[in-house]
Amino acid sequence: MSVEVHPPAAPAVKTGRLRAWFYKRFPIEEFISDQLTGYYAPKNFNFWYYFGVLSLLVLALQLFTGIFLTMFYKVGETTSFNSVEFIMREVDFGWLIRYLHSTGASAFFLVVYLHMFRALLYGSYRTPRELLWIIGMFVYLALMAEAFFGYVLPWGNMSYWAAQVIVNVFGTIPLIGPGLVQWIRGDYGIADATLNRFFALHVVAVPLALLLLVVLHLVALRRTGSSNPDGIEIKERLGPDGHPVDGIPFHPYYTIKDTVGVGVFLVLFAIVVFFVPTFGGYLLEPANFEMANPLSTPPEITPSWYLTPYYAILRGIPNQRLGALLLLLAIVAYFFLPWLDRSPVKSMRYKGWISRTFLALFVLSFLGLMYAGLHPPDPAYVLLGRVCTVLYFAYFVLMPWYTRIDRTKPVPDRLRFEAHAS
Amino acid sequence: MADTGVVADDEFVVDESRRKLLLAATAATGAIGAGFVAAPFIASWTPSERAQALGLPTELDLAQLEPGQMTVTVWRKQPIYVVHRTAEMLATLGNHQARLKDPESTESEQPPYAANGVRSRKGEFLVLIGTCTHLGCLPKAHFEPHDPEIGAYWPGGWLCPCHGSRFDLAGRVFEGSPASVNLRVPPYAFDGPRKLVIGVDQV
Repeated sequence: MSVEVHPPAAPAVKTGRLRAWFYKRFPIEEFISDQLTGYYAPKNFNFWYYFGVLSLLVLALQLFTGIFLTMFYKVGETTSFNSVEFIMREVDFGWLIRYLHSTGASAFFLVVYLHMFRALLYGSYRTPRELLWIIGMFVYLALMAEAFFGYVLPWGNMSYWAAQVIVNVFGTIPLIGPGLVQWIRGDYGIADATLNRFFALHVVAVPLALLLLVVLHLVALRRTGSSNPDGIEIKERLGPDGHPVDGIPFHPYYTIKDTVGVGVFLVLFAIVVFFVPTFGGYLLEPANFEMANPLSTPPEITPSWYLTPYYAILRGIPNQRLGALLLLLAIVAYFFLPWLDRSPVKSMRYKGWISRTFLALFVLSFLGLMYAGLHPPDPAYVLLGRVCTVLYFAYFVLMPWYTRIDRTKPVPDRLRFEAHAS
Repeated sequence: MADTGVVADDEFVVDESRRKLLLAATAATGAIGAGFVAAPFIASWTPSERAQALGLPTELDLAQLEPGQMTVTVWRKQPIYVVHRTAEMLATLGNHQARLKDPESTESEQPPYAANGVRSRKGEFLVLIGTCTHLGCLPKAHFEPHDPEIGAYWPGGWLCPCHGSRFDLAGRVFEGSPASVNLRVPPYAFDGPRKLVIGVDQV
């Protein structure tokens, strides 16, 4: 993609002296033209393409509300729980700041899962976007770590036991496991030392890593350009002006479209924050309104909904080491998607019924695992978890086979797009 | 070469192998240095002196513990289950070997003096670390045999509320549980007939 670069001496736009002063010292015009007005995106983005920008929005929201929570939160075995109650009851609008942050965590996973589903649907992970996909997966991993550390900080009883269960997963590693667990905890159990280091990781280390990864994700995106629902490379068809004929400048076209998406999202988000902030125990669990107690396990330990699919895989296996290994594989499998998919076409629009069925089964198995993981380990839920575990892995393991034998439809030369039905 | 001491461009020859060696040596030295710098930061995460001091042995008076009762005490932030087993409870232990994953406790963690059929120094007193060997939840006591919610075979024992691991009255894990090994036994000793000391092998 060739981008028009303004001559550095004089901006093409009419400017005041202040603007010219800045322009001479800072490449703002180039930034705008490279990243926004000169960045050509496929013209047929649909609903599924909102979730990237929404992820950025939620990231900003979490950073902003998180900074304010840090101003009132007091980390420590004896102070954490009370300081969260202090925020909820005594800080002006503290409840709002905390509910924005706790709802934001779930919203983050919701939009990221939909963003990932988009990639599965339209083959966004396929060449040349393998690295973009892998960086995105690292964002997802960092996000899971961030959510887990954050979950421990209120130091409720669920926080405590979630930390206990998750940290002990590392104990299943042969040889180094037990020593590693003690090193992570910094004590013989989950303790003040653990809480303090999780706080440092949650508010400093992981957010920095997350920001860096998001920047890398966007840089990689600028190199390859966005995918699109047809799975066609728009850069292969350039117009006389050197821009893709099927591309439109990100700004103003998609900034305007995304503004609508952001508006709708914020309405839904506000409804949750103001009317159902605990979401019936799914966003904030009842057991966490009790302080951490090493001598009392909550009646049911379930992680937050966004991690329960993996949790259901873990506990469905009657061997702890194998369960932990499958949990790891369930996440690692995503990294290999670009090489597992052997279909000649990228988008589900042109893939055949076999690929569609496997994707549908995968989505159902993910939701099934989520459902099973939210319930106690009764035989019925364990069975559901096991069936869904098989379907989950079938999507990945059988992919090289079914994408090859699947009958695909011919891909058109140009994007399918109709602006208006006028 | 002129007397100025300046090397002209065409006379300047790069000794590639020497450059490579220097690069490798510098990189290796840097890496070793980074390792040394990392060590104190990694070590900072190990249990502090204070945490270690708080991990000293715990004592428990057994006089209050009636036969058939269980009490929970704490040692190194871990709940310690102490059960005063009755003769009937001890009699159940031999009846379900086939249902256990590790009936002889060969794969499980316990001091040598508890590596026996009743998994304890003295048959009537069972001492266990009360965290599930699966992922560390607290198994709940269900001492009533044949509990209809668990199954007719149930001889009494513990059921983990998190992932459903089941253990008998010696802390041995049943087949079909996600936990692979029996509940751990901490080091302990008796100081006279009434006092239990947890955290040491002998008093």
